Amino acid sequence: MSNGILVFIEHRNGAVSKTSLEAIAAAQSLGSQLQQQVSAVILGVDPDAMAQGIAAYDLAKVVSASNAKLASYTPDGYTDAVEKVVRQLDPQLVVMSHTYLVRDFGPKLAARFEKSLISDCIRTQVAEGSVTFTRRIFLGKLDADVVSDGKAPVFVTFQSGAYRPDQAVKGSGAPIEKREVEVGEIRMSPEPPFQEVKQAVDLSKAEIIVAIGRGIKSKENIALAQKLADVLGGDIAASRPICDAEWLPIDRQIGSSGQTVAPKLYIALGISGAIQHLVGMKNAGTIVAINKDPEAPIFDIADYGVVGDLFEAVPVLTEEIKKIKGLS
Amino acid sequence: MKIIVMMKQVASKDAILRISKDGTWIEEGDLSFEVNESDGYALEEALRVREKLGGEVLVCAMGPQRAKSVIKDALARGADRAIHIVGDNLTHLSPYAAASALAEAIRDEQPDLIMTGLQSDDYGYAQTGVIMAELLGMPHATIVIEVDASGDKLRVKRELESGWYQWYSMPTPALLTIQSGISQIRYATLKGIMAAKKKEIKEVVPPAEIVGRPSHQRLKRVYLPQKTKQTQLLGNGDAKAGAVALAERLHVEARVI
Repeated sequence: MSNGILVFIEHRNGAVSKTSLEAIAAAQSLGSQLQQQVSAVILGVDPDAMAQGIAAYDLAKVVSASNAKLASYTPDGYTDAVEKVVRQLDPQLVVMSHTYLVRDFGPKLAARFEKSLISDCIRTQVAEGSVTFTRRIFLGKLDADVVSDGKAPVFVTFQSGAYRPDQAVKGSGAPIEKREVEVGEIRMSPEPPFQEVKQAVDLSKAEIIVAIGRGIKSKENIALAQKLADVLGGDIAASRPICDAEWLPIDRQIGSSGQTVAPKLYIALGISGAIQHLVGMKNAGTIVAINKDPEAPIFDIADYGVVGDLFEAVPVLTEEIKKIKGLS
Repeated sequence: MKIIVMMKQVASKDAILRISKDGTWIEEGDLSFEVNESDGYALEEALRVREKLGGEVLVCAMGPQRAKSVIKDALARGADRAIHIVGDNLTHLSPYAAASALAEAIRDEQPDLIMTGLQSDDYGYAQTGVIMAELLGMPHATIVIEVDASGDKLRVKRELESGWYQWYSMPTPALLTIQSGISQIRYATLKGIMAAKKKEIKEVVPPAEIVGRPSHQRLKRVYLPQKTKQTQLLGNGDAKAGAVALAERLHVEARVI
């Protein structure tokens, strides 16, 4: 009989990632509602030191699974290793964070059990011992409740920010179970990770950001947003499509693949607010959205919204701010 | 090199979505559809590899007859032929079931490379490609932004989080999921559109044991997201009035200017 919850711990450069603490928080929350014990698994050549750190959390045990082939991440290596641990522990639920790494091997892992992940969940609801998982669909426009009808284990991943790292509950020291895991042939060979030429623009310290999205329509129209940014003494930034089109350089991109920012004022012009963008700016102090689509997800996190044509609104806003600042 | 590109038809980005009467999906009757964004980039990348190395580009799409528009568009842009897995009730397949149906439809083609978009713009599960690779016994790489297929081994650049990247090498056959924005997508030329009319579109039916199997994950309800923040909507539909009110609130209330 399947029992318990297993949470997967991710690490980079010898440090457990913050999202793993979010995963622990998610697993603990489900564990207490389902009255199930939570165990953690961490992989590596010698992950014992990191396992020690994880053992400080309120867990039934920490599995420290080692193999020389786990020195760097590969989907083949990680899938084999986690599969072995899942088969041995036979949990009801396997909880992971929806990171780029988990997106790379998680579906492969689930496929070994003839199923998929319930991926990128934002919250859960437990009733009568069964879990309803909620995830965003249609680029954030709608929510969907998903249930699992199949046999254990259920594989679930949570979106970054669905739980807070500080919600992970500390315990009295979980036992560490060291084990060698078997890993088969690794077909892919990774080279060391790297950053592109040092980013010229560091938006992480910007106080005011004016960001543009698809709604700006053409490269020429960026001048309109730039004027607003100039009047505010702020920086210009963009969502991914703008940088993909090379209307602005990539170091102006905000979101999961670009920069993460937390200015005191963030003005989103013609940005619909796909989750990949929101994760990069949702911690801004005051968020303003100007968008013609009243259902754009950006309005869900905006403090102030103007539903309408940004080409009408922005020049007026620029003039009004000039007046307030005594610039005109 | 034989490359198969998996392409999905999804609701247009600008489409107004209305929830269906039974509350488990959206009304599709009068909806406009388009190709899934990152799948378009996967096709472009496949065409570029073929231009460099020669070979053949196939497209494969699954869905009702309306999905033909995605296939025809891909053929007009330069794909050589297509496989259409035809079915009317395939929307609710789990990623595992969808990947199983797709893998079976292309298995006999024995491609050197399969390319997919990194995720769909409707469900956004981001899994179908990876599961296909597992079912076909191929190595894979996700969130790929550069492909070098000229060498002995395939070498691809993957996007990691927060501005980090990593190169991976692997033998072919392999499967890659492609990130949006990897290159500029070409337009279909008039000549391409005319040529597409003569290209083969093979229709296949998905195996009943795959699409008929009860799904291990089920979509119970679809609804508008609950707001997490109280948004003050200004201007009541008048953009200019909204802008005036906004400047005032930012100054007096939020005190950020």
